[in-house]
Amino acid sequence: MLAASSVEMRKVNKFYGKFQALKDVDLSILPGKVTCLIGPSGSGKSTLLRCINFLEEYDSGEVRIDGQLIGYEAPNKKMSGRKLREMRRSIGMVFQQFNLWPHMTAKENVAEGLIRVRRMSKADAERRAVEALAKVGLADKMANHPSRLSGGQQQRVAIARAIAMEPRLMLFDEPTSALDPELVGEVLSVMRTLAGEGMTMVVVTHEMGFAAHVADQVGFMEKGELVGVDSPDRILHHPQDARIQSFLRTYHERNSF
Amino acid sequence: MFSLAVFLQSFEPLLWAARYTLLISILGIGLGLVIGTLVCAARLSPYPLLRRFAAIWVSFLRGVPLLVQLLVFYYALPVIGLDVPAMVAAVVTVGICASAYISEIWRGAIAALPRGQAEAAVAIGMTPFDVWIRVILPQAVTLSLPALINELILLVKASSLVSVVGILEITRASQAQAATTFRPLEVYIAAACIYLVINLCLAALGRYLEHRTAV
Ligand SMILES: Nc1ncnc2c1ncn2[C@@H]1O[C@H](COP(=O)(O)OP(=O)(O)OP(=O)(O)O)[C@@H](O)[C@H]1O
Ligand SMILES: [Mg+2]
Repeated sequence: MLAASSVEMRKVNKFYGKFQALKDVDLSILPGKVTCLIGPSGSGKSTLLRCINFLEEYDSGEVRIDGQLIGYEAPNKKMSGRKLREMRRSIGMVFQQFNLWPHMTAKENVAEGLIRVRRMSKADAERRAVEALAKVGLADKMANHPSRLSGGQQQRVAIARAIAMEPRLMLFDEPTSALDPELVGEVLSVMRTLAGEGMTMVVVTHEMGFAAHVADQVGFMEKGELVGVDSPDRILHHPQDARIQSFLRTYHERNSF
Repeated sequence: MFSLAVFLQSFEPLLWAARYTLLISILGIGLGLVIGTLVCAARLSPYPLLRRFAAIWVSFLRGVPLLVQLLVFYYALPVIGLDVPAMVAAVVTVGICASAYISEIWRGAIAALPRGQAEAAVAIGMTPFDVWIRVILPQAVTLSLPALINELILLVKASSLVSVVGILEITRASQAQAATTFRPLEVYIAAACIYLVINLCLAALGRYLEHRTAV
C-alpha cells in the first residue's frame, strides 16, 4: 500500500445559512491511525467527515491532507476542479446508504473509477476490480447487480470500489447503520482488516465495540463542536465531560435488555 | 346496419394515411427529445438566464393548446417570409410542443435519483461530465421510459390535430372517407382500430424496453 495520509483540521467552521453545523473544529489524525467519531444525531459528524474530502464546503479554517489544503488555494480562493479531483482520488469514501450504481454489476461498480478516473484499460481495471472484490470476500458475486446483493454485500462492494482506487485515507459515514444486525459483522471485519494494514481511517459510527477495539482515538461531537478527542478508553470508559457521560448513559440504556 | 364490406374497404385509404400519423409522431418525438434534452440541461444549468428561458419555454408550450400552436406556427411563418411545407410545420410544431413535456420528464427523473448516486462518483474524483454520462443519465433514461412511451402515445393521438394544416393523416382521411361513402360509423370504427393497434404496439415496445433495462 502507498504511504497512508495524515489529516489536519484547524478551526473549521461550517454554516448552513445561519445555522452553524461545525464550530472551530480542531482534529489531528496521524498516518495509519483509525479515528472514530461518535455523538448524537445532528451533531455534525457527517458534516465534519464530508469536509475532509470537500464534499461539503467548509466556510473557514483549514483542512489539510498530508499538509496540503483541500478545497481552497488560499483563503477565499477555491481550488480548481481538476486539482480537487486529483486530491479526491486518494481519499476513499463509504456511505451509510452504500450508493452503489444500480445499473452496473458489482465488478462494473468497482472498475468504473479505475477506467474513468485512473484511465486504466478495461481489462486492467476489471482485473483490479476482481482482486478488490476478492479481498472483501465477494469474488463469486462480481456479476451481480446491487439489487441482487444483501445489504452487507452491497456495503462490501462499496468498500471494494473505494480501495480499488488505492486510497491513502478512507472515510466511513455510518457504514453499518443501514444494515440488519446480523450483517454488521461482515462489514466491520473488512474494516478491521483495512485498519490492520495501516490505512488511515475516519469512521463515523454507533458501533461502540468497533470504536473501543479498533480506534486509536475517539472523538465525541455535540452541537457542531468536537467536545473531546482522546483514547477510546478515556472517552468510552472513563469520560470526564458530562456531555459524553450522558450520551453514553443513553446509549447503554438503549442497548441493554 | 353495420356493413362489414365498407368497414374492411376503409382500411386501405386509412392505412395509407397512417404513414403520416406515424411519421409526424416519430419525427415529432425525435425532435422533442433533442430539444427537450437541451431545455432540461438549460433548466438545470447554473446560469440564471438560461434557467429562466427554459422555464418560460416549458410553461408557454404547456399552456397553449397544440392546435393553436399549429395554427399560429403555420400562419405566422409566411408573415415573416418563410414558406414551409405543411409537413415540416407540423413536425416542428409537434416536436417543439413535445419538448416541453419531455424536458419535464427528464427533470423529474433526474430529481428522483438519490443525491448519493452522484456523490459516490464525485468522491472518487470523476469529472462532472462523467458523472452525468455514466451515472445520472443512464438511470434517468430507465426511470423515464414509461413516461416517454406515454408521451409518444399521446403524440400519436394528438397528431390528428395536424389535419388543420391540410395533412391527410388518419383522422382527416377518415372524415373524407365518411363523406364519400356515407357510412361514417364503419369508417370511424376502422380509424379507431388503427389508432388502437398502433398504440398497443407502442405500449408493448415500452414494456419490452422497460424489461430489458430493469436491474
Ligand atoms: N444541507 C443542509 N442544509 C441545512 N442544514 C443541514 C444540511 N446538512 C446538515 N444540516 C444540519 O447540520 C447539522 C449536522 O448534520 P450532520 O448530518 O452532520 O449530523 P450527524 O451528526 O451526521 O447526524 P446523524 O447521526 O443523524 O447522521 C444537523 O442539524 C442538520 O440538520
Ligand atoms: Mg450523519
